[in-house]
Amino acid sequence: MEQKIRVLVAKPGLDGHDRGAKVVARAFRDAGMEVIYTGLRQTPEQIVNAALQEDVDVVAMSILSGAHNHLFPRVMELLREKNMDDVLVIGGGVIPDEDIPGLKAAGIAEIFTPGTATGTTIEFIKNNLKRKA
Amino acid sequence: MSERMALNILDNPRHLARLITMIERQDPARIEVLKALHDKTGKAHVVGITGPPGSGKSTLTDKIIGELRNRGRRVAVVAIDPSSPFTGGAILGDRIRMMRHATDEGVFIRSLASRGHLGGLSRAAAETVRALDAAAYDTVIIETVGVGQSEIDIVRCADTVVLVAVPGLGDDIQAIKAGVMEIGDIFCVNKADRDGAERVVRETRAMMETAIMNGANTRFSGLYKAVYEHTVQQARLRGENVQEDPHGGALRIPPVLLTIAEQGEGVSVLVDEILAHHAMLSDTEWLLKHRHENTMWELRNAVADNLLGWLDNANAHSQLANAAEAVLHKDTDYYQALAQVQEGIIAAGLRLVSD
Repeated sequence: MEQKIRVLVAKPGLDGHDRGAKVVARAFRDAGMEVIYTGLRQTPEQIVNAALQEDVDVVAMSILSGAHNHLFPRVMELLREKNMDDVLVIGGGVIPDEDIPGLKAAGIAEIFTPGTATGTTIEFIKNNLKRKA
Repeated sequence: MSERMALNILDNPRHLARLITMIERQDPARIEVLKALHDKTGKAHVVGITGPPGSGKSTLTDKIIGELRNRGRRVAVVAIDPSSPFTGGAILGDRIRMMRHATDEGVFIRSLASRGHLGGLSRAAAETVRALDAAAYDTVIIETVGVGQSEIDIVRCADTVVLVAVPGLGDDIQAIKAGVMEIGDIFCVNKADRDGAERVVRETRAMMETAIMNGANTRFSGLYKAVYEHTVQQARLRGENVQEDPHGGALRIPPVLLTIAEQGEGVSVLVDEILAHHAMLSDTEWLLKHRHENTMWELRNAVADNLLGWLDNANAHSQLANAAEAVLHKDTDYYQALAQVQEGIIAAGLRLVSD
């Protein structure tokens, strides 16, 4: 059976900076993944519904507005409500070190801050998928 | 799992999403589920949206979803984008234009990568459409990859094909080349605020009118004749006078519409035409006729796929290797080798079927 890792790349919150998200999306594609890109300014509800319909293995969110402490846990909460515990969720963007433990406690598997090589993120995904892909 | 899954996809979109993943992976377990769903299929109107890259298919699809929702229909979308031939990866970006529907319970959108399949669709497209049909979506829209001049799989999958064109892609010789232009049931010239839109409309209409004059066997003329006969019959039943058409509907051509999808202009008329086409198919024998042809085509391709899969595996490999060696050593000529291999394969294939 042909199996592909499917990743939803999403931009929650109100900032309009999607360059990082697009670079990451291309890197995932070049690593052989299928990337569903949702575009800017998505609500947690939109992201989770898209992840459900697209049946993705991974949700990767990028945020630069500073609202990560609210929006990332909200996405986790909605995923749990829909019994989507088997989706790997990772985050990236401008996120202060002191916020990372709280986000991980909320269920975000890893946070990748600026300067992370895309290869690192790709390795992390391949090693931490919750569903057998 | 599978029986329960089949019953559940009606009210659980997550099961539907999982089933589509199984279809994409060609998971043999999908077959039991699709079998169980078979009786629920055949109700949805399947609409194909096709056209060149950048013609606005996704934006148009987004607006069509909105219009169909206003008219009370549940809508599913299968949006197909190409896979990279080098890495097998894909960026599926059609959904960006449709995110406003993401929280609408009456809309289900799924992006598929073409995964090496040529022809404008994905190998999983037909089965995915059946799953969405069984899940009681009234309209299933298939948005193809951006097409050029030969990707016409969509006619084998959809009841109604909307061909999207844009101004400025070439001169009128492009329009008279055979290929993609011949598959539309409805023509839509998008980005109509650009220079040259009216010219594309004129050229498209002229192309179809010329085809009729030349007696070409077009996709639409049979339907229009049947529709004319149906209309006359219905009018006579009501005792009304009929304005007879001496050509019996044979000179009618498909609608060529102007839209500006970005602003939603012309979309309501486009949806009227999409629904009218479905009504014409349903009123005549043509809906069944199309679907019969399409099912035959799908069966044929499935057989060919299975044969090819079998050819690629070890069973046929040694026969092919021996034949190639015989040709290279001049023990036999190419055509004799081919005939021998084919005979061997057909014999083995027949054993395969009877086993």
